[in-house]
Amino acid sequence: MVKKLEKVDAVIVGSGWVGGIAAAELTKAGYNVVILERGKNKKHEDYIGTKDELRYSKRYDLMQELNKDTITSRNSMSKEAIPVRNNMNARLGNHTGGAGVHWNGIAFRWLPYDFEIYSKTVERYGKDKIPKESTMQDWGITYDELEPYYDRYEKTAAISGEENPIGPPRSDKYPNPPMKETPNIRLFMKATKALGYHPYRIPSANASKTYTNPDGETINGCVYCAFCEEYGCDFGAKADPIGTVLKTAHKTGKMEIRNDAFVNRVSHDGKKANGLIYTDTTTGEEFEQLADIVVLAGFVFTNTKLLLHSKIGQPYDPKTGQGIIGKNFTGHFNNLSTYIGARGFFEDKKFNNFMGAGGLGATIDDFSGDNEDHTNLDFLHGYEVHYSQLGSRPIANNAVPYDTPGWGKEFKKNSIKYYNRNLFITPQSGFLPNKNTYMDLDPTYKDALGNPLLRVTVEYAKQDIARAKAGVARCEEIMKEMGADKMNVDVVKDDTVFDHKFYTDHFFGGAIMGASPENSAVNTYSQMWDMENLFVVGGSSFPHNSNYNPTVTIGAFAYRAAEGMIKFLKEGGNVAAKPLEKDA
Amino acid sequence: MADQQPPKDVNSKPQHEQDSSRRNFLKNTGLVAGGLVGGSLFGGLISGGLDKKNDQHDKTAGNEGNKGIEVTQARQFFTRHQDFKVLNAATEQILPEDELGPGAIKLGVPYYIDKQLAGRWGVNAYDYRHAPYAIDLKEVDQTAGPGGEQSILDRGMIFLLGLRKMDEESQKRFGVTFDQATEEQQIEIMTDVEANKVKMRGVKASEFFILLKQATLEGAYCDPLYGGNFNMEGWKMKEFPGAVASYSNYIESDEFVKLDPVSLRDYQGH
Repeated sequence: MVKKLEKVDAVIVGSGWVGGIAAAELTKAGYNVVILERGKNKKHEDYIGTKDELRYSKRYDLMQELNKDTITSRNSMSKEAIPVRNNMNARLGNHTGGAGVHWNGIAFRWLPYDFEIYSKTVERYGKDKIPKESTMQDWGITYDELEPYYDRYEKTAAISGEENPIGPPRSDKYPNPPMKETPNIRLFMKATKALGYHPYRIPSANASKTYTNPDGETINGCVYCAFCEEYGCDFGAKADPIGTVLKTAHKTGKMEIRNDAFVNRVSHDGKKANGLIYTDTTTGEEFEQLADIVVLAGFVFTNTKLLLHSKIGQPYDPKTGQGIIGKNFTGHFNNLSTYIGARGFFEDKKFNNFMGAGGLGATIDDFSGDNEDHTNLDFLHGYEVHYSQLGSRPIANNAVPYDTPGWGKEFKKNSIKYYNRNLFITPQSGFLPNKNTYMDLDPTYKDALGNPLLRVTVEYAKQDIARAKAGVARCEEIMKEMGADKMNVDVVKDDTVFDHKFYTDHFFGGAIMGASPENSAVNTYSQMWDMENLFVVGGSSFPHNSNYNPTVTIGAFAYRAAEGMIKFLKEGGNVAAKPLEKDA
Repeated sequence: MADQQPPKDVNSKPQHEQDSSRRNFLKNTGLVAGGLVGGSLFGGLISGGLDKKNDQHDKTAGNEGNKGIEVTQARQFFTRHQDFKVLNAATEQILPEDELGPGAIKLGVPYYIDKQLAGRWGVNAYDYRHAPYAIDLKEVDQTAGPGGEQSILDRGMIFLLGLRKMDEESQKRFGVTFDQATEEQQIEIMTDVEANKVKMRGVKASEFFILLKQATLEGAYCDPLYGGNFNMEGWKMKEFPGAVASYSNYIESDEFVKLDPVSLRDYQGH
């Protein structure tokens, strides 16, 4: 028996950045909110004194327990999908605060080009430049329209940074100056400058100094202890939902977070969502939480799976191109982006590689988005080459030059010798959507509630390979200029296929936004066209993937969505139909 | 172990380092003035561990005198001594003792692996474990299952079968058990296991090898609380200082900074 629970104003799936921002904004406006979080109850206290590489980086203590729910994966439409069984291939955030707790804190904005990618590409190169398989489209919003929400998120999350010499316009400077500069960063910046590029410091949510945000929450100054990625911060010095938006919502007395609440589906009558049906995984009881608005603020896989399983919207069919739910899956894939590049080994230099912070580093935007002329290139979109000093922890970092064996005497000698004598730079590249890269429900495998797993199909297009090659070549050029004595340069082969790794945490699509229900699932307030009291917010709404880390853009769209939710609660209807008055 | 140092020596210097860097951290970030020090954020660490006398460590149950580590070095998972001897020999080949410092055995790696296999990692507790299993993947899809991810066997079984396979190979090829074989003979077998030239059932030999290497590195460089990285010797070789509170005062330094390592036991201040 499903027990019905008394109606609230809003029920939200997930307590990460998106759920937290929605909760903070709704509760400040006087609405009652329930968040259903399937992970455990976590506080900052859980992260004090636990700088433990094995626990977090090798046993994945903060990641989704795959015994309850995972995805299946295939790299061709013609294959059967296999389940992702271990977190080494799927770092999906879990527990209170979601992936916003274990992130590195790298805090880029995306480019004006990204939001109008189709129009701007056609305008500059003509329609023929767009590959046949591509399903890229405009987002229905411009950078200028999104800018105030970027500013809002950056101020909430204490972002520390400096002006990007070739970056898009900003209404205000970063709330904090960039983090400290290290010799490693200086070396990267000097080399890229010498090559004629425009280096700047990576903006970070690791705060350069103690800061109080507009909601009155304090983020402490970072101490560069080097435990950010995959870790909760020991010092409350990396902005996360627990210390900011969830805290703000909690203070209003109008928010309740229910942990161990595994959402099964959205209950609805075809036109209106009634609430969420979930299982309390500590008792096995099933509940229906009724609400005026329902917000899906889970990771891209959760949002898409819930829509498909709840039979909301038309599922995408790659054979006909019809339907929208599950369409335009994109991401940063391990063997195309982020984990490939050039590693330099230095004989006479020794670096303090064990110190650092997740967002500590520098980058160049000369090849990002459409900053480079693509007329004579065989790909669209680009890559940002960065050096990141996030701190080399000893189990994971045992790099040796290619001519050293992978174990034994030489390996031990060189892995120890080069531990503090190597630097890695990587091209994080964009990925454009194609018709065969999408999500649907798996025909075979089931989750712990007996529901089908989400199936992810990823096919790389020629241009994705070409973009990755160009990025790696740029890394090699820069690493050479940095003076490495030896280099390991990754080789991207022409026949590279998706390797079933969902490791980067950067995945998008499934319920994409747009200006019209013809080609999108939600409007630019993340409101479902087909079901106006349902908001599907987060990376799931992004029609493609840029060459930057996504959190700040997700945060910006979450603020915009929250504005839409409040307007809907007041007035009803499609909130994108007419412009909103700016309320903050 | 013969080279074990008393806990007092392990702890005294790092605590001092820790204490001063933490004070600097507090000073630098203005937290003292902000009145946050007494709050939940730092309360446990500051009042808990850093000012305690080292001799309190010795009173912890099961840790009397210098015997603390030896009593935890007994087999939890492996029942046959021979399997454990093969594990000792194989991990030592991956990370051998040399002029830089101890190898896998002296770092406690075999006991570390034994403890891990006896726990949730050994039985793949958080993994998705539903059929159908597809272990016979094409070359290109093998990356879906490094470490035997797609195998129906759990990690404990993969280790048992892999170690016994190496022992069997050694007896077949050289007429001696793996642990009695020469260095060259052991390396030959391990090279073939890594290259998948030795056949195993239920999992590829190469996947067992990936697991073996990963677990060896974990045991060498994890926090000593897990039974590996004995006396933080792994960290000392790599010049990794462990759970240091703050690098605020060093992060801009052009010089390499050499610090004594800090374990989580020191850091948490039990």
